[in-house]
Amino acid sequence: MARVAVDVVIKPEILDPQGKAIQAALARSGHAGVTEVRAGKHFELDVDGAVTDEELERLAGSILANPVIETWTVTRLADGEAR
Amino acid sequence: MTVRIGVITFPGSLDDVDALRAAKIVGAEPVSLWHADADLHGVDAVIIPGGFSYGDYLRAGAIAAQAPVMRSVVDAARGGLPVLGICNGFQVLCEAGLLPGALVRNAGLRFRCIDQQLTVERTSSVWTSRYRSEYDDVRPILIPLKHAEGRYVATEHDLDALEAEDRVLFRYHGDNPNGSLRDIAGICSADGRIAGLMPHPEHAIDALTGPGTDGLGMFSSLMDSLVGAAS
Repeated sequence: MARVAVDVVIKPEILDPQGKAIQAALARSGHAGVTEVRAGKHFELDVDGAVTDEELERLAGSILANPVIETWTVTRLADGEAR
Repeated sequence: MTVRIGVITFPGSLDDVDALRAAKIVGAEPVSLWHADADLHGVDAVIIPGGFSYGDYLRAGAIAAQAPVMRSVVDAARGGLPVLGICNGFQVLCEAGLLPGALVRNAGLRFRCIDQQLTVERTSSVWTSRYRSEYDDVRPILIPLKHAEGRYVATEHDLDALEAEDRVLFRYHGDNPNGSLRDIAGICSADGRIAGLMPHPEHAIDALTGPGTDGLGMFSSLMDSLVGAAS
């Protein structure tokens, strides 16, 4: 078994009103130095040895992320990392 | 000939009963389709209704797009079956790859619930032909709208292609309620048979419960096309 992280973020050219609202809230609570926030999603998958990097890339780019509006990264985590 | 219009129910669908009622009002036999059943039961057209299928988990429409019934809808739509996606149904059609682009969070972050004027941009589709005969093309129609994720986005290339191929079906008239690019409220396939829109025509079929009956034209258009084809 291996643990895999998939991080999904809205593309820079797509308006992210949620990120903007979070950035405004940070500025109001004294963190004026934070100039931009992009909100996204983090998935952790436990996968068996049969799941290849190509399959991970495929499932990330077709289901976990929508390539029209989002970018994604797939990272294999070391044992015991995260969660 | 009896025209059979199927309406899919997913866990979390809300407007399936209104869509079934719209089918009945225009003289079709309404047929309930179930998300887990890949059989389309021989229907002549499919409506994917509004709601929050699967609680909008992952992305609005993303999980519904993988449901067994949708595999059949995708195949049948590619073979020419008329398919209409309303609100969440539009999101499902985009996620399933039957229509280009995506629907994201409204620019103002608010859930909008209003009666919205729309211009009908194309009347040569199976879903909009009635708007050509009943109204002159410039008269906007009034249709309710209720969503938090209805901002239509696509690449500039795809938007230009949609316009060039006359695939913009409806645009918001007056205020743009959600920040949709190029004021797009609904689009269709090149042949006009696969259509999606964020506003709810099935909520504008009865003056008792809606702002008017401007939505009926979409369902009557389909009937004209199906009955005309059979006779």
